[in-house]
Amino acid sequence: MKILVPVKRVIDYNVKVKVKSDNTGVDLENVKMAMNPFDEIAVEEAVRLKEKKVCDEITAISIGSSKSEETLRTALAVGADKGILVETQEEAQPLEVAKILMEIINKNKPDLVLMGKQAIDDDSNQTGQMLSALLNWPQGTFASKLEVKGKSLNVTREIDGGLETLNMDLPAIITTDLRLNEPRYASLPNIMKAKQKPIEKITPKDLNIEIKQRLKTLKVTEPDKKEAGIKVDSVEELVSKLHNEEKVI
Amino acid sequence: MSVLVIIEHDNQNIKNSSLNTITAAKEIDNSVHAVVLGENCSKVSEQVSKCDGIEEVFVADDLIYKNHIAENISPKIVELADKYSHILAPSSTFGKNIMPRVAALLDVAQISDIVSIENKDTFVRPIYAGNANLKLQSTDTKKIITVRTTNFEATKINGGNGKITKIEKNEDPNLSKFVKNELNKSDRPELTAAGIIISGGRGMESGKNFNLLEEIADKLKAAVGASRAAVDAGFVPNDYQVGQTGKVVAPELYIAVGISGAIQHLAGMKDSKIIVAINKDEEAPIFQIADYGIVGDLFKILPELSKEIDKINS
Repeated sequence: MKILVPVKRVIDYNVKVKVKSDNTGVDLENVKMAMNPFDEIAVEEAVRLKEKKVCDEITAISIGSSKSEETLRTALAVGADKGILVETQEEAQPLEVAKILMEIINKNKPDLVLMGKQAIDDDSNQTGQMLSALLNWPQGTFASKLEVKGKSLNVTREIDGGLETLNMDLPAIITTDLRLNEPRYASLPNIMKAKQKPIEKITPKDLNIEIKQRLKTLKVTEPDKKEAGIKVDSVEELVSKLHNEEKVI
Repeated sequence: MSVLVIIEHDNQNIKNSSLNTITAAKEIDNSVHAVVLGENCSKVSEQVSKCDGIEEVFVADDLIYKNHIAENISPKIVELADKYSHILAPSSTFGKNIMPRVAALLDVAQISDIVSIENKDTFVRPIYAGNANLKLQSTDTKKIITVRTTNFEATKINGGNGKITKIEKNEDPNLSKFVKNELNKSDRPELTAAGIIISGGRGMESGKNFNLLEEIADKLKAAVGASRAAVDAGFVPNDYQVGQTGKVVAPELYIAVGISGAIQHLAGMKDSKIIVAINKDEEAPIFQIADYGIVGDLFKILPELSKEIDKINS
């Protein structure tokens, strides 16, 4: 079985995000970048399937600037076999990302696509579902458990209020939620080995995809700042404020 | 053109998330229609028809819609899409699962999790887990939108007299099959729907001590949450996690107990209306965003809090 894992380079989740003073976006200069945490979970799941001999080849793919090669190297260090970098300076929105992935899938014919449920930069949570619709493949979104059995799989999904299990035939699209697994760290020898693994470089144009800005950014602003409130001296005072003044309890 | 709302329900009752979504739809246009896809869901369509401002409710009643499988629902929405300029669903796991499919099949962008509406093509949505707000303009002819329900009032289920129109089901795409549901049996509300949340952090010291929070939660009809530190320490399961990589919440009241206030956690709860922090460290960053703070030992404060709540409840 072949697995494709899309990975996105995003701002590290521990970094405090700063809005640019001209309100055109978020400051990404000299900021620590990393693989999107949900994509790390997707890579980990693919590697576990390979360790269980369910999968024999993992391809990681990233769409973005040449720096996304670092993110692909991270995936290769954890256990992906090869990488594809779709290089573009433009910011690809989810529908175009899904179209690029569809073209790659039509060529490479993976049996399973494992991808993060959302990227922690734009928080769209769309690409997996869009890709599934474009390919007319089944989708198992927000996965917290995955059991591959021959040509089909059971996926347990995190839904509001609990869990839901679906069964679907391969090929399928799975998007990962937090509980699916805990990603490993790459070992130093594996980081060294990853440098030798192949990365194919192409552009959206090679795939006949035009990157459109369907959603135009008008303004990026800081959220309203909350003013620090007051310290109360007793629980009685607190409950009285919440009950009598704020009327929230 | 009218606006169409995809109704979230459990085949018995409309979910509150749909009522907030209807309000958002009414901000876009006066003419609001709704669609109910379910099985034995006539009660839901009646409720929707009574919602203030709904002109027409389309209902397709069939087994293929029973479990809200995205692949089964989205073709029907695409079929209806012709007549609408905007199609809205709540930004719940239900809406998030379906709407990107609808958008892709219509070859338009999807706009996720809007918190305000500037005009028919301009919306505001949080990015970077709410650390920034993006005002965007859609250049597509159709807008496929999910709505952050905490930012819109709920429409009342009275005053409306929408026409109920039965529609045919679509063909079963036979892609995903429902196996089972394991819904939390807790009487407590879901984190993302709760009006009050009480969350514990590393300061709780153990999973067992979360009993103290649960006791208070039950008295306030609140949900119980946790910081990533508490989840990583194994105190509670991952689905308790409030934060950038967990659940993003905005209740009326958020009580943070023994939570220092890492960026990761603040990003998931800072839009709460009233924030209370209980922490022994008066320098903890959580106090910078708290409306009310108490510095002290949570193991003394929580039992007192429980007693004080009894007083106002009695």
